[in-house]
Amino acid sequence: MSKNSMTGARMVVEAMKKEGVEVVFGYPGGAIMNVYDEIYKNPYFKHILTRHEQAAVHAADGYARATGKVGVAFVTSGPGFTNAVTGLATAYMDSIPLVVISGQVPISMIGTDAFQEIDAVGISRPCTKHNYLVKDVKELPKILAEAFYIARSGRPGPVHIDIPKDVTVQEAEFDYPKKVKLETYKPTIKGNARQIKKAVEAIAEAKKPVFYLGGGIIHSNSANLVRELVAKTQIPAVETLMARGTLRYDDPLLLGMVGMHGTYAANMAMSEADLLIALGPRFDDRVTGKLSEFAKYAEIIHIDIDPSSIGKLVKVHYPIVGDLKEVLKDLLPLAEKRIDPKRYEAWREILRRYQELHPLKYEDSDEVLKPEWVIQRLGEKLKGKARISTDVGQHQMWTAQYYPFTRPRELITSGGLGTMGFGFPAAIGVKQGVPDEISVNITGDGSILMNIQELMTAVQYKLPVINVILNNNFLGMVRQWQTFFYDKRYSETDLSMQPDFVKLAESFGGVGYRVKTKEEFDKALEDAIQKGVVALIDVVVDRYENVLPMVPAGGSLYNMLLEFKD
Amino acid sequence: MVERRVISVIVLNEHGVLTRITGLFAARGYNIETLTVAPIPGSDYSRLTIVTSGSAKVIEQIIKQLHKLIPVYKVIEHSELVEKEMVMAKIPLEERLADVEALCRAYNGNIVNIGQDSAIIMAADEPKRISNFISALKRFNPKEIVRSGVVAIER
Ligand SMILES: Cc1ncc(C[n+]2csc(CCOP(=O)(O)OP(=O)(O)O)c2C)c(N)n1
Repeated sequence: MSKNSMTGARMVVEAMKKEGVEVVFGYPGGAIMNVYDEIYKNPYFKHILTRHEQAAVHAADGYARATGKVGVAFVTSGPGFTNAVTGLATAYMDSIPLVVISGQVPISMIGTDAFQEIDAVGISRPCTKHNYLVKDVKELPKILAEAFYIARSGRPGPVHIDIPKDVTVQEAEFDYPKKVKLETYKPTIKGNARQIKKAVEAIAEAKKPVFYLGGGIIHSNSANLVRELVAKTQIPAVETLMARGTLRYDDPLLLGMVGMHGTYAANMAMSEADLLIALGPRFDDRVTGKLSEFAKYAEIIHIDIDPSSIGKLVKVHYPIVGDLKEVLKDLLPLAEKRIDPKRYEAWREILRRYQELHPLKYEDSDEVLKPEWVIQRLGEKLKGKARISTDVGQHQMWTAQYYPFTRPRELITSGGLGTMGFGFPAAIGVKQGVPDEISVNITGDGSILMNIQELMTAVQYKLPVINVILNNNFLGMVRQWQTFFYDKRYSETDLSMQPDFVKLAESFGGVGYRVKTKEEFDKALEDAIQKGVVALIDVVVDRYENVLPMVPAGGSLYNMLLEFKD
Repeated sequence: MVERRVISVIVLNEHGVLTRITGLFAARGYNIETLTVAPIPGSDYSRLTIVTSGSAKVIEQIIKQLHKLIPVYKVIEHSELVEKEMVMAKIPLEERLADVEALCRAYNGNIVNIGQDSAIIMAADEPKRISNFISALKRFNPKEIVRSGVVAIER
């Protein structure tokens, strides 16, 4: 055997080195022990032992979202893998580049219902961009290189590699491909020049155009180009949840978030526009509301790297397939020449009136903390200095509405799958990826308990995430729907039974605070930042606060509940 | 309007590729009427021929989603296809085999085997004609009928 021959397990760690992987989140077990043995012998990267496989994948995901790099997680076969599935699905729905490697029982035992055997590739197929079951150690180097390439290219996504235990001990030549070329996979990068020209023409002719900004902007790192385009054309813009931070919160052309909990002005802009310029969104039902009423006066330009995204839900008049960054580079000079920003002044004026008519609002109180106030306060203290992760529920929507986002990758949130339990492990991954910034997880008293064991991980690796629990003693978002649509039958949403979050944090070696007033909140936040340790700030907030405006599920975007009076 | 479509898919001949395709159809609620698959001689690829149906919008999504699968090399959706299908059937020996044979001939077929108590016949023709053939065959009391599914090639 030549000197470049090595075991499959060794190949895995060598591939990490080749790919420049700095950190792997994971959890060992029988089928993946040989890989862990190589990690021990070759400490090329930092390994973070989370306390649950779901958290390992969410942490890798948070790391990927914050840094733009590929996140990596290792898990064992059977339950290790099934625990990781929610993480894969979460990343898949939001197009996050991950490589997740699982152990598998030896090839000879596959199909025998062996101990900790599960058809892992069968399970991961519908929730990954691609997956592999490694049948031959000779193919492993190629598969590893392909996995990284597929995860980060085109429309990004998670890739899963299932490696049987015997493959990890077999030896072969480690020929790591320098460049991956796949005959069957060639994402379109450059946009069609004629289509781009036509789109610019349509913008120049439109009277009421709107930029509909989506998550593809973040993935393609093209927020700067979008900012330039918006500034040069002076066309108003709305952002999806996944695009928050593309424009600065104080950009006068930003109408706010669009969709179910979008602002009045953003939703009305979509409803009355004569042209939508869709940059990397996917027309999610939480954005469009009732499809037949969605942007019904508008022609649509849709730029996306994934052709299957275009025309999937709505008719698109100007489809452009390509990497948004490349398309925008081609489009900007044409737009500059052809588009007169003064043309849209009347339209901007209408939208300004809508903004004044129904701005985001809540009634502050001296008796009880309002969750919206807490988010605003966090914004005042942390604006531009922190990365904000969230869990899922009301607190997530208030964060999206009220936090002053200043840049892309500032908000880390599970949009497509809406996974409670995502926030804390993701914030751990974020802190690992951008250690110089404050990592905050805004969460609910329901969500935080779904991955609370990660207190141990955060403490052990000194990744001081600050968890701000907006504690309403409810599964708040579900409670809100019950209030609005189920005659207040609060079926199984009351969370009055609570742990002592202060003691809980302390028992893991973190710090806890329970706060009921504005002063206490300020003090707790300052103390947590200053101490630089893992923190739970348990903020007692108004139990019955609702997220408004709200477009009821399946309703039309322009039919918003703006107020709710009991 | 729901229309019938024949889609040919050229895929890398690798482990699990068929499940990716059928899984996609199942997960997104697309319809498969027939599916045939075989390796393309002298290559690493296989060719699948899928007969499906759906509105123009659904067909467009099916094609795009198929393209998106990593091992899919090419998706061919052609209105100008030559389609063929094969059918085999078992006919009891008591039937008038001369008539059976004449019928088979009319559909590019013949009697391929005679056993203890039945004859095996085959025919290969356009799918619509194969359906006609099967109707015509009914009066000879076929014991078993096996259709191959459609294969197609661009003109
Ligand atoms: C894993 C998971 N289970 C269930 C849900 C459904 N769900 C959506 S929001 C929500 C309530 C969340 O409660 P909490 O974390 O306390 O946040 P709040 O809405 O009160 O801010 C639930 C149960 C979900 N999104 N994810």
